[in-house]
Amino acid sequence: MWIPASIGFALIALPVFGLLLRADWAEMPSLLLSDAALDALRLSLITAGVSTVLCLLFGGPLAVILARGRLERRPRLLGSIRSIVLLPLVLPPVVGGLALLFLLGRTGLVGRGLDLAFGITVPFTTAAVILAQTFVAMPFLVVSLEGALRTAGERYEAVAATLGASPALAFRRVTVPLVLPGLASGLVLAFARCMGEFGATISFAGSLEGTTRTLPLLVYLQRESDESGAVALSLLLVVVSLVVIVVGRPRGMDGRG
Amino acid sequence: MGKATGSVAVAAAALMVLAGCGGGGDSSAQGGASSGAAAPQTLNVFAAASLKDTFTTIEKQFEQENPGTDVKLTFAGSSDLATQIANGAPADVFASADDKNMAKVTQPGLNQGEPARFATNTLQIAVAPNDPKGIKGLSDLANPANKVVVCAPQVPCGSAAQKVEQAAGVDIEPVSEEQDVKSVLSKVTSGNADAGLVYVTDVTAAKGTVQGVSFPESSKAVNNYPIVALKSSQNAELATKWVQAVTGPTGQQTLKAAGFGAP
Repeated sequence: MWIPASIGFALIALPVFGLLLRADWAEMPSLLLSDAALDALRLSLITAGVSTVLCLLFGGPLAVILARGRLERRPRLLGSIRSIVLLPLVLPPVVGGLALLFLLGRTGLVGRGLDLAFGITVPFTTAAVILAQTFVAMPFLVVSLEGALRTAGERYEAVAATLGASPALAFRRVTVPLVLPGLASGLVLAFARCMGEFGATISFAGSLEGTTRTLPLLVYLQRESDESGAVALSLLLVVVSLVVIVVGRPRGMDGRG
Repeated sequence: MGKATGSVAVAAAALMVLAGCGGGGDSSAQGGASSGAAAPQTLNVFAAASLKDTFTTIEKQFEQENPGTDVKLTFAGSSDLATQIANGAPADVFASADDKNMAKVTQPGLNQGEPARFATNTLQIAVAPNDPKGIKGLSDLANPANKVVVCAPQVPCGSAAQKVEQAAGVDIEPVSEEQDVKSVLSKVTSGNADAGLVYVTDVTAAKGTVQGVSFPESSKAVNNYPIVALKSSQNAELATKWVQAVTGPTGQQTLKAAGFGAP
């Protein structure tokens, strides 16, 4: 078991180690403190934060319905909804970005109306970055939370109901605390996924410093002209992601449920 | 402490295993290449993405004139290709969209002979057909009412865009600085941008989905396309023949038809 496990670990750890070897440590501070890098980091943190909140606001209820919903007449409908919700997990992000563009771009299904009626164009804005990130990250939250809801079952709520608790009270005082670890792990995963989002952002939102150029986009661009700058920014992204995973890691991600 | 030592040992063991894997992969790849070369001769040409249409045309002529030859074209951004060649990609010929990326190959001495310039390209403004926004020149791109997309300064089309802006004394505030010229073009063809700075050849290749607006300052940023045969080539003779085909009359005619300028 140790041998394949070691290979698996090495496959993940060694490339990151390779980044450390290639890094130009003397130049690191100046590379990381450039305006472009700080702008990108700030934009990444803000958009990922907002996107994660959106994932919670919309993905949370979606997970509850997928786990607990009952559709007497169309028993298979929830399954189909679940399949669609999971699509961004398996779709190449660029495809997601194109889909968003065809929906919300200036000539898109909804975008055309927004442009004509309100003069709003979504692409090339920070809002487009947030939409792209929410699109790719929401399934992570839904999957984690739905899993937690199913594992927790409905026995405790049933007991609470027999003791006179209203459904709302039971949900707040029983269900939410039960699924908190699952919810937290979903939020951490969603945030990390937002920080790393690249394909959907570049194809839907474009790339402009301070507005749409997040850290992954800057790394991709920097690599064209300045490899050590790209390595420095990559390491920054690795560190931020590690911090998110280690500090934000709830018990649920230790494999203990 | 003990835990840390343990994980170092695990990583070291895995490193050795991986090194073993890598060696095995290499030898099998070489085996495949040599058995392939025994029957038809394969020529790997790495070329800038903007050469896709022209090189595909030249490929067909070349394969007809050299029976038993299979030309494999790889198109990508010049800097990606240069990086791949510098890291040992099996290329016989490299055609770059600018001198800077050619230098990444010639400086470490991976080339065989001097690079030959075979084409030039200049910028043009791409707008929607019939130019609904009435864009006549670079100064119209500075108008904030127009959504303009350009390449980022880090890539060749972006540095060219900067040069023409400076030459014209115009300050364009783009809504996006794209990674490559095709992304700029697609933002215009999809209607999400009103105008974009692309190469003349991109407008030609877009076949009427966009319209090109020429501007005098474009002469201030002329991109040179150099091509060179590579030292690592298994078939130096064939590589030289390809370079000759591109720089020769038929190749030049194909390039001219696509909108490229003479070298």
